[in-house]
Amino acid sequence: MTTTAATNGRYRFSQVARMEWIKVRSLRSTWWVLAVTVAGAVGIAVAVGVNTEDAAADLTNNALAGISLGLLLIGVLGVLMMTGEYSSGMIRATLAAIPNRPLVLAAKAAVLGVVALAVGEAAGFIAFFAGGIALPNGIPAPALGQPGVLRAVVLTGAGFCLVGLIGLGLGAIIRHTPAAIAVLVGGVYVLAQLVAAFTQTLMAYLPISIVANSLTAVKPMTEDQVHFLSPWTGLGMLCLYAATTLGIGAWLLARRDA
Amino acid sequence: MIEARGLSKRYGATVAVDALGFDVRPGIVTGFLGPNGSGKSTTMRMVLGLDAPDAGQARIGGRRYRQLRWPLREVGALLEARAFHPGRSARAHLSALAASNGIPRSRVEEVLGFVGLADAAGRQAGKFSLGMGQRLSIAAALLGDPGVLLLDEPVNGLDPEGIRWIRGLLRSLAAQGRTVFVSSHLIGEIARTADQVVVIGRGRLLADTSVAELSARSASLEEAFFELTSGSAQYRGALDSKGRTS
Repeated sequence: MTTTAATNGRYRFSQVARMEWIKVRSLRSTWWVLAVTVAGAVGIAVAVGVNTEDAAADLTNNALAGISLGLLLIGVLGVLMMTGEYSSGMIRATLAAIPNRPLVLAAKAAVLGVVALAVGEAAGFIAFFAGGIALPNGIPAPALGQPGVLRAVVLTGAGFCLVGLIGLGLGAIIRHTPAAIAVLVGGVYVLAQLVAAFTQTLMAYLPISIVANSLTAVKPMTEDQVHFLSPWTGLGMLCLYAATTLGIGAWLLARRDA
Repeated sequence: MIEARGLSKRYGATVAVDALGFDVRPGIVTGFLGPNGSGKSTTMRMVLGLDAPDAGQARIGGRRYRQLRWPLREVGALLEARAFHPGRSARAHLSALAASNGIPRSRVEEVLGFVGLADAAGRQAGKFSLGMGQRLSIAAALLGDPGVLLLDEPVNGLDPEGIRWIRGLLRSLAAQGRTVFVSSHLIGEIARTADQVVVIGRGRLLADTSVAELSARSASLEEAFFELTSGSAQYRGALDSKGRTS
């Protein structure tokens, strides 16, 4: 036999993560998503800053208003990391290379999580400073040293990371790109509008609402009698959503035929 | 060495593979012959651990696929013509797979050159012709220099020159002592390439013998094949859209 004398050991998380990193970075769409995410956040921060009239408003939260487009894109990126493999047939090559399926999903989650966190932090900080600079004369820009400001900016990045992971989990559960994107957009955005109109108490628990009104808020926000979650409770809630979707996704991935 | 024992798989009410058992030995090319929808692809997916059998099991070198320590270095598979992301280059596709099994990067360039894709390696694989896509899939199968190869309809989409190349490749891989299991619905292709043949129809084993022995039963291998499969001929008109026996 001319089989390569396989070196000792067996495949581990680090090898699987390297495979997933090569997959992510070798798609042009990844770089477009990340660029538009940062550009969208910064552009809207500047637009909101320029048009600010009320110096007493939560200017940090305003400067972070532009992240919702990027959040959606990062969520879609997460969805595509799974569904793109199913639509192309790549999933069978991936699972033949790494038969430990939960390990594959864990590696995807780690790679996406790190990328989304890094880009989310970049988008958050750049938007924060750009929004501050864009404020009209007479309205002082918020500073990171002020209470709650640094927390709001840092948690913005965490929001990107967690929404991306929710997208990845949905992709693993649903497997079809259009359906998974529909559920992501529906669950994160459309549902928010409906819930806001009917049951306002639930509003505080929706992912988009958590990012927009809890993570990125300097002061606890109340709007139309909706008491939004505190930043840390909101973060915990998002973590729970991500863990649940990824957990179900891993369970299904391990049990279904590829 | 591939061993299938009592492999069974049903999709709803449809029995795709029915208590299938056979051995695929090293050092020869073993053909896997059956009409479209007879369960060949399902069987290969079960051997690779992609589909879970309802009963029975398949072993490679005595172990279940999922127990393999470095799967790509032990088993190379070609399951469908385009098991790669259309937006990724051939080189990136192979690099990702290589990284997962600790295969050196130099091997990626080696197999790209071997299948004749060195010049196209940087292009998006989605723009490849069917034949180039097939060559990329073969490169992926050879990436880990595996001792066992499973190829599902490898000549699909290849031009005559490509078909000839595959034929030579399969024979030389077997001559090197590897286990080569290649499915086809083209009897002539199997007659030219394989030494041993496993014939199935409606998911059931119809013959597991040498090509010479089977050919000797009738005027030709083709005749022998039609005699074997005629008992289950009614499914020819009853294939569903996925090509599975209905």
